[in-house]
Amino acid sequence: MSSQTNIQTSETPLGRDDLARLVARDIKPGSFVNLGIGQPTLVSNYLEPEQNITLHTENGMLGMGPEAVGDQIDEDLINAGKIPVTELPGASYFHHADSFAIMRGGHLDICVLGAFQVSATGDLANWHTGAPDAIPAVGGAMDLATGAKDVFVMMTLLTRDGVSKLVEACTYPLTGIGCVTRVYTDKAVFLTGPDGVRVRETFGCTLEELRRLVPVPLEPAP
Amino acid sequence: MLNFIDTVGEAVAGIRDGSTVMIGGFGNAGQPFELIDALLECGATDLTVVNNNAGQGDQGLALLIKEGRVKKMICSFPRQSDSWHFDAKFRAGEIELELVPQGNLAERIRAAGAGIGGFFTPTGYGTMLAEGKETRFLDGKWQVFETPIHADVALIKALKADGKGNLVYRKTARNFGPIMAAAAKHTIAQVAEVLPTGGLDPETVVTPGIYVNSIVKVA
Repeated sequence: MSSQTNIQTSETPLGRDDLARLVARDIKPGSFVNLGIGQPTLVSNYLEPEQNITLHTENGMLGMGPEAVGDQIDEDLINAGKIPVTELPGASYFHHADSFAIMRGGHLDICVLGAFQVSATGDLANWHTGAPDAIPAVGGAMDLATGAKDVFVMMTLLTRDGVSKLVEACTYPLTGIGCVTRVYTDKAVFLTGPDGVRVRETFGCTLEELRRLVPVPLEPAP
Repeated sequence: MLNFIDTVGEAVAGIRDGSTVMIGGFGNAGQPFELIDALLECGATDLTVVNNNAGQGDQGLALLIKEGRVKKMICSFPRQSDSWHFDAKFRAGEIELELVPQGNLAERIRAAGAGIGGFFTPTGYGTMLAEGKETRFLDGKWQVFETPIHADVALIKALKADGKGNLVYRKTARNFGPIMAAAAKHTIAQVAEVLPTGGLDPETVVTPGIYVNSIVKVA
């Protein structure tokens, strides 16, 4: 494959907010979306009303609005991260089994999750470090990973020690197998699937430079 | 048989040592704090508790755990920034943990209430949480067999009850209430308001009264 292929779209790596803006822009109008706790929550700040996106929260609501402030705060209205939120016109409430049926039944178009590692074939590790003294907690991660039509991951490409989190095979305990379809990182957007990893665009580096950082074969997206 | 009970203490008085108790709530939303405090007061111990979390801060379920009343937690997300009582018991080896993906937790509770003997689901396939479980290739996917979770008692919080025990909830405080009410042999609901029979529009009832045994009004 030609190393001349220029898919670099930014002079610098993307910050968390720029990345969230990019993910928000990539969500098709009219989608039903679940945003995971942490970095993925930032995406909601950049969804435009014209996109007509409906947000799902696994504790039993469709049509979730922005975080509640001041006298909007209601202890009976929280998101999966237990943060007080608001309801938008057209919202609905349902019990937990129905909420997970929405997820597990394949009704959600997209979920956006954080990750410790993603493998070249889209395996996801995001719930447990596997450290012997860690108290494991899984929440809805495995249901989201398995149930949504598309699973987008948002993460930094490298660990603090400079090791790629996009790997040949995950070494952390798995959340789901072959479930991730896109990985949004500060240095590139990757498309993952059964036939390997394609790079859609790079930020602050060339494809060649990216290949030196990531220990899996990378080809530009067609 | 439906009973309207005056105090939370009387409502939980029949809970025996060794019971499996489902407790509604996701975080603090829908958590029946007054019933949990009464359970703590009544002294029942050696309990298996089913809840999404394992207590937060120094209230409710966290205190039940702190006081050593809980032998086992069945939950999806025990570790939180303020789950220090669970963390301490777990690290000391004084509490057993069955960690269940949240959708499996909800569906296993639902299955118990619906008389389903188990179900196959792709959630968790190939992960630590499916180790040792039966798997089958169904519908083009590998799936894991999961069993129902039954309980002796459910403690739940609803907004309003009517004279037939029908319940409605409020916003995301509904969460596990309806499915726990169906899964337990004896369901105790704390409510903010009790209406006469006919006081709830039948079209809006969320939990039909057949699932509810005791109702206590909590101011």
